[in-house]
Amino acid sequence: MIRALTMTTVLAFSAAAAAQATGPTDAQIAHIAYTAGEIDIAAAKQALAKSKSKQVRDFAESMVRDHVAVNEKALGLVKELGVTPQSNPTSTALDSQGAKKLAELAKLSGRAFDRAYVQNEVAYHQTVNDALRTMLIPNADHARLRGLLETGLRLFQEHQLHAEQVAKTIDEHGGGASPHDPHASAPRAGY
Amino acid sequence: MAAEHHRTIRTRPLHGPATRMTGKATRIAGQTVAALLLALPFWPSGAQAKLHTVAIDGMTFGPPPTGVRVGDVVVWVNKDMFKHTATARDRSFDVDIEAGASGRTVVRRPGKLTYSCRYHPGMIGQMMVAK
Repeated sequence: MIRALTMTTVLAFSAAAAAQATGPTDAQIAHIAYTAGEIDIAAAKQALAKSKSKQVRDFAESMVRDHVAVNEKALGLVKELGVTPQSNPTSTALDSQGAKKLAELAKLSGRAFDRAYVQNEVAYHQTVNDALRTMLIPNADHARLRGLLETGLRLFQEHQLHAEQVAKTIDEHGGGASPHDPHASAPRAGY
Repeated sequence: MAAEHHRTIRTRPLHGPATRMTGKATRIAGQTVAALLLALPFWPSGAQAKLHTVAIDGMTFGPPPTGVRVGDVVVWVNKDMFKHTATARDRSFDVDIEAGASGRTVVRRPGKLTYSCRYHPGMIGQMMVAK
Protein backbone atom coordinates (compact mmCIF):
# COMPACT_ATOMS: atom_id res chain seq x y z
CA MET A 1 0.00 0.00 0.00
CA ILE A 2 2.84 2.32 0.94
CA ARG A 3 4.80 1.35 -2.15
CA ALA A 4 1.74 1.99 -4.29
CA LEU A 5 1.31 5.48 -2.92
CA THR A 6 5.00 6.20 -3.36
CA MET A 7 4.72 5.04 -6.97
CA THR A 8 1.87 7.50 -7.38
CA THR A 9 4.09 10.30 -6.15
CA VAL A 10 6.82 9.27 -8.56
CA LEU A 11 4.31 9.15 -11.38
CA ALA A 12 3.05 12.60 -10.45
CA PHE A 13 6.52 14.00 -10.86
CA SER A 14 7.26 12.17 -14.10
CA ALA A 15 3.85 12.97 -15.59
CA ALA A 16 4.47 16.60 -14.87
CA ALA A 17 7.86 16.37 -16.51
CA ALA A 18 6.39 14.70 -19.57
CA ALA A 19 3.58 17.22 -19.86
CA GLN A 20 5.97 20.14 -19.86
CA ALA A 21 8.48 19.73 -22.65
CA THR A 22 10.22 22.89 -21.52
CA GLY A 23 10.36 21.96 -17.83
CA PRO A 24 8.62 23.67 -14.92
CA THR A 25 9.00 27.42 -14.47
CA ASP A 26 10.47 28.96 -11.33
CA ALA A 27 6.95 29.87 -10.23
CA GLN A 28 5.89 26.25 -10.52
CA ILE A 29 9.09 24.92 -8.97
CA ALA A 30 8.64 27.20 -5.98
CA HIS A 31 5.07 26.00 -5.55
CA ILE A 32 6.09 22.33 -5.78
CA ALA A 33 8.94 22.69 -3.30
CA TYR A 34 6.79 24.66 -0.87
CA THR A 35 3.97 22.14 -1.15
CA ALA A 36 6.33 19.23 -0.55
CA GLY A 37 7.43 20.89 2.68
CA GLU A 38 3.88 21.68 3.80
CA ILE A 39 2.86 18.07 3.31
CA ASP A 40 5.68 16.89 5.53
CA ILE A 41 4.71 19.43 8.17
CA ALA A 42 1.13 18.17 8.16
CA ALA A 43 2.31 14.57 8.44
CA ALA A 44 4.57 15.50 11.35
CA LYS A 45 1.75 17.28 13.16
CA GLN A 46 -0.38 14.18 12.83
CA ALA A 47 2.49 12.14 14.28
CA LEU A 48 2.84 14.57 17.19
CA ALA A 49 -0.87 14.20 17.89
CA LYS A 50 -0.76 10.39 17.78
CA SER A 51 2.66 8.99 18.59
CA LYS A 52 3.90 8.17 22.08
CA SER A 53 7.39 7.24 20.96
CA LYS A 54 10.11 9.71 21.93
CA GLN A 55 12.16 8.86 18.86
CA VAL A 56 9.23 9.39 16.53
CA ARG A 57 8.19 12.61 18.28
CA ASP A 58 11.72 14.01 18.16
CA PHE A 59 11.86 13.19 14.48
CA ALA A 60 8.43 14.74 13.81
CA GLU A 61 9.36 17.89 15.74
CA SER A 62 12.48 18.29 13.65
CA MET A 63 10.37 17.87 10.49
CA VAL A 64 8.13 20.73 11.56
CA ARG A 65 11.06 22.92 12.61
CA ASP A 66 13.18 22.34 9.53
CA HIS A 67 10.43 22.57 6.93
CA VAL A 68 8.93 25.68 8.49
CA ALA A 69 12.41 27.25 8.45
CA VAL A 70 13.16 26.45 4.83
CA ASN A 71 9.65 27.31 3.66
CA GLU A 72 9.83 30.68 5.38
CA LYS A 73 13.14 31.25 3.63
CA ALA A 74 11.52 30.23 0.34
CA LEU A 75 8.62 32.66 0.80
CA GLY A 76 11.04 35.48 1.49
CA LEU A 77 13.14 34.59 -1.51
CA VAL A 78 10.33 34.37 -4.06
CA LYS A 79 9.03 37.71 -2.83
CA GLU A 80 12.47 39.24 -3.37
CA LEU A 81 12.76 37.67 -6.80
CA GLY A 82 9.28 38.78 -7.77
CA VAL A 83 8.24 35.19 -8.41
CA THR A 84 4.66 34.25 -7.58
CA PRO A 85 4.38 30.53 -6.77
CA GLN A 86 2.03 28.96 -9.28
CA SER A 87 -0.19 25.97 -8.60
CA ASN A 88 0.36 23.16 -11.11
CA PRO A 89 -0.56 19.49 -11.71
CA THR A 90 2.48 18.26 -9.78
CA SER A 91 1.81 20.22 -6.63
CA THR A 92 -1.89 19.39 -6.88
CA ALA A 93 -1.08 15.70 -7.14
CA LEU A 94 1.29 15.97 -4.18
CA ASP A 95 -1.44 17.63 -2.15
CA SER A 96 -4.04 15.00 -2.89
CA GLN A 97 -1.64 12.15 -2.14
CA GLY A 98 -0.64 13.84 1.07
CA ALA A 99 -4.27 14.06 2.09
CA LYS A 100 -4.83 10.39 1.21
CA LYS A 101 -1.86 9.36 3.30
CA LEU A 102 -3.05 11.42 6.27
CA ALA A 103 -6.46 9.72 6.07
CA GLU A 104 -4.86 6.30 5.88
CA LEU A 105 -2.54 6.94 8.86
CA ALA A 106 -5.41 8.42 10.86
CA LYS A 107 -6.85 4.91 11.16
CA LEU A 108 -3.68 3.59 12.82
CA SER A 109 -2.38 3.96 16.34
CA GLY A 110 0.49 2.88 18.58
CA ARG A 111 3.40 1.06 17.04
CA ALA A 112 1.47 0.41 13.84
CA PHE A 113 1.11 4.14 13.32
CA ASP A 114 4.76 4.79 14.20
CA ARG A 115 5.94 2.19 11.74
CA ALA A 116 3.68 3.39 8.93
CA TYR A 117 4.48 7.06 9.51
CA VAL A 118 8.24 6.57 9.53
CA GLN A 119 8.24 4.16 6.58
CA ASN A 120 6.28 6.70 4.59
CA GLU A 121 8.72 9.42 5.60
CA VAL A 122 11.61 7.36 4.25
CA ALA A 123 9.83 6.73 0.96
CA TYR A 124 8.50 10.28 0.66
CA HIS A 125 11.87 11.89 1.25
CA GLN A 126 13.47 9.56 -1.25
CA THR A 127 10.93 10.53 -3.89
CA VAL A 128 11.21 14.25 -3.26
CA ASN A 129 15.02 14.00 -3.28
CA ASP A 130 14.91 12.43 -6.70
CA ALA A 131 12.54 15.11 -7.96
CA LEU A 132 14.73 17.89 -6.56
CA ARG A 133 17.79 16.39 -8.16
CA THR A 134 16.38 15.52 -11.56
CA MET A 135 13.61 18.02 -12.17
CA LEU A 136 13.44 20.98 -9.81
CA ILE A 137 17.09 22.01 -9.41
CA PRO A 138 18.13 21.57 -13.05
CA ASN A 139 15.15 23.63 -14.23
CA ALA A 140 15.49 26.49 -11.77
CA ASP A 141 16.37 29.72 -13.57
CA HIS A 142 17.16 32.04 -10.67
CA ALA A 143 20.50 31.12 -9.13
CA ARG A 144 19.31 31.95 -5.63
CA LEU A 145 16.27 29.73 -6.02
CA ARG A 146 18.54 26.96 -7.22
CA GLY A 147 20.75 27.57 -4.16
CA LEU A 148 17.80 27.28 -1.80
CA LEU A 149 16.58 24.13 -3.57
CA GLU A 150 20.05 22.66 -3.08
CA THR A 151 19.75 23.44 0.62
CA GLY A 152 16.36 21.75 0.50
CA LEU A 153 17.93 18.71 -1.13
CA ARG A 154 20.56 18.46 1.59
CA LEU A 155 17.86 18.80 4.17
CA PHE A 156 15.66 16.13 2.59
CA GLN A 157 18.66 13.80 2.36
CA GLU A 158 19.39 14.24 6.06
CA HIS A 159 15.73 13.74 6.88
CA GLN A 160 15.73 10.54 4.89
CA LEU A 161 18.79 9.33 6.83
CA HIS A 162 17.15 10.29 10.11
CA ALA A 163 13.92 8.56 9.13
CA GLU A 164 15.84 5.40 8.24
CA GLN A 165 17.51 5.45 11.65
CA VAL A 166 14.19 5.87 13.43
CA ALA A 167 12.65 3.10 11.30
CA LYS A 168 15.42 0.78 12.44
CA THR A 169 14.80 1.72 16.06
CA ILE A 170 11.12 0.93 15.69
CA ASP A 171 11.91 -2.45 14.27
CA GLU A 172 14.45 -3.23 16.97
CA HIS A 173 13.03 -1.62 20.09
CA GLY A 174 9.51 -0.59 19.24
CA GLY A 175 10.23 3.08 18.78
CA GLY A 176 12.13 4.02 21.88
CA ALA A 177 10.81 5.00 25.27
CA SER A 178 7.84 7.23 25.75
CA PRO A 179 8.68 10.69 27.07
CA HIS A 180 7.67 9.68 30.58
CA ASP A 181 9.52 6.39 30.74
CA PRO A 182 11.83 6.54 33.79
CA HIS A 183 14.00 3.84 32.27
CA ALA A 184 14.63 5.74 29.09
CA SER A 185 18.31 6.00 28.27
CA ALA A 186 18.73 9.47 26.89
CA PRO A 187 22.14 10.94 26.05
CA ARG A 188 23.57 12.84 28.95
CA ALA A 189 23.12 16.57 28.71
CA GLY A 190 26.20 18.54 27.80
CA TYR A 191 28.07 20.96 30.09
CA MET B 1 18.08 71.03 65.79
CA ALA B 2 19.30 71.85 62.31
CA ALA B 3 22.93 71.89 63.48
CA GLU B 4 22.52 68.53 65.14
CA HIS B 5 20.98 67.17 62.01
CA HIS B 6 23.84 68.56 59.98
CA ARG B 7 26.35 67.07 62.38
CA THR B 8 24.58 63.75 62.16
CA ILE B 9 24.75 63.80 58.44
CA ARG B 10 28.43 64.66 58.44
CA THR B 11 29.30 61.85 60.79
CA ARG B 12 27.22 59.23 59.08
CA PRO B 13 29.48 57.97 56.31
CA LEU B 14 26.62 56.80 54.07
CA HIS B 15 25.49 60.31 53.34
CA GLY B 16 28.78 62.09 52.76
CA PRO B 17 29.95 63.05 49.28
CA ALA B 18 33.32 61.47 50.04
CA THR B 19 31.62 58.12 50.65
CA ARG B 20 29.64 58.38 47.46
CA MET B 21 32.85 58.68 45.47
CA THR B 22 34.34 55.82 47.44
CA GLY B 23 31.28 53.74 46.61
CA LYS B 24 31.73 54.42 42.91
CA ALA B 25 35.45 53.77 43.14
CA THR B 26 34.74 50.53 44.90
CA ARG B 27 32.34 49.58 42.14
CA ILE B 28 34.88 50.34 39.45
CA ALA B 29 37.57 48.42 41.29
CA GLY B 30 35.20 45.51 41.70
CA GLN B 31 34.33 45.52 38.00
CA THR B 32 37.98 45.67 37.03
CA VAL B 33 38.81 42.72 39.23
CA ALA B 34 35.88 40.80 37.80
CA ALA B 35 36.97 41.61 34.24
CA LEU B 36 40.50 40.51 35.02
CA LEU B 37 39.24 37.30 36.56
CA LEU B 38 37.09 36.56 33.50
CA ALA B 39 39.93 37.33 31.11
CA LEU B 40 42.36 35.04 32.88
CA PRO B 41 41.41 31.42 32.17
CA PHE B 42 41.93 30.14 35.65
CA TRP B 43 40.04 26.98 36.41
CA PRO B 44 39.72 25.11 39.68
CA SER B 45 41.95 22.37 38.27
CA GLY B 46 44.77 24.88 37.95
CA ALA B 47 45.29 24.18 34.21
CA GLN B 48 44.69 27.01 31.73
CA ALA B 49 41.67 26.10 29.58
CA LYS B 50 41.14 27.53 26.11
CA LEU B 51 38.04 28.40 24.15
CA HIS B 52 37.63 26.87 20.69
CA THR B 53 34.91 27.66 18.16
CA VAL B 54 33.20 25.37 15.68
CA ALA B 55 30.87 27.12 13.26
CA ILE B 56 27.85 25.28 11.89
CA ASP B 57 26.46 26.37 8.54
CA GLY B 58 24.94 24.82 5.45
CA MET B 59 24.18 21.60 7.33
CA THR B 60 27.89 21.13 8.03
CA PHE B 61 30.24 21.34 10.99
CA GLY B 62 33.00 23.78 10.13
CA PRO B 63 36.68 22.81 10.31
CA PRO B 64 37.57 21.31 13.68
CA PRO B 65 39.83 23.35 15.95
CA THR B 66 43.40 22.24 16.61
CA GLY B 67 45.24 22.28 19.87
CA VAL B 68 42.25 21.15 21.88
CA ARG B 69 43.08 19.74 25.29
CA VAL B 70 41.05 18.05 27.99
CA GLY B 71 39.29 20.71 30.00
CA ASP B 72 39.03 23.13 27.06
CA VAL B 73 35.69 24.60 26.05
CA VAL B 74 34.23 24.12 22.57
CA VAL B 75 31.74 26.77 21.53
CA TRP B 76 29.33 25.64 18.81
CA VAL B 77 28.08 28.58 16.78
CA ASN B 78 25.03 27.75 14.70
CA LYS B 79 24.91 30.11 11.75
CA ASP B 80 22.50 27.86 9.90
CA MET B 81 18.76 28.38 9.53
CA PHE B 82 18.09 25.02 11.21
CA LYS B 83 18.35 23.86 14.80
CA HIS B 84 21.20 21.38 15.19
CA THR B 85 22.84 19.37 17.93
CA ALA B 86 26.44 18.59 18.72
CA THR B 87 26.23 15.06 20.00
CA ALA B 88 29.31 13.05 20.92
CA ARG B 89 29.42 9.56 19.53
CA ASP B 90 30.69 8.34 22.92
CA ARG B 91 27.67 10.17 24.45
CA SER B 92 29.90 12.37 26.58
CA PHE B 93 27.88 15.40 25.51
CA ASP B 94 24.68 16.28 23.68
CA VAL B 95 24.09 19.97 23.13
CA ASP B 96 21.06 21.50 21.40
CA ILE B 97 21.86 24.61 19.41
CA GLU B 98 19.01 26.72 18.04
CA ALA B 99 19.43 28.45 14.70
CA GLY B 100 21.46 31.60 15.24
CA ALA B 101 22.45 30.58 18.76
CA SER B 102 25.47 28.93 20.29
CA GLY B 103 26.15 26.22 22.82
CA ARG B 104 29.19 25.09 24.69
CA THR B 105 30.83 21.88 25.80
CA VAL B 106 33.75 21.10 28.05
CA VAL B 107 35.77 18.30 26.46
CA ARG B 108 36.64 15.80 29.14
CA ARG B 109 38.17 12.84 27.31
CA PRO B 110 41.43 12.65 25.33
CA GLY B 111 41.64 11.08 21.89
CA LYS B 112 39.57 11.24 18.74
CA LEU B 113 36.26 12.97 19.40
CA THR B 114 33.55 12.24 16.83
CA TYR B 115 30.36 14.24 16.95
CA SER B 116 27.25 14.54 14.84
CA CYS B 117 23.86 16.20 14.72
CA ARG B 118 20.97 14.08 16.00
CA TYR B 119 18.54 15.59 13.54
CA HIS B 120 20.84 15.47 10.55
CA PRO B 121 22.85 12.25 10.84
CA GLY B 122 25.02 13.03 7.82
CA MET B 123 26.50 15.98 9.68
CA ILE B 124 29.61 14.53 11.24
CA GLY B 125 32.74 16.14 12.60
CA GLN B 126 35.87 15.00 14.35
CA MET B 127 38.53 16.65 16.47
CA MET B 128 41.58 15.47 18.32
CA VAL B 129 41.72 16.14 22.04
CA ALA B 130 45.08 16.04 23.75
CA LYS B 131 45.53 15.25 27.42
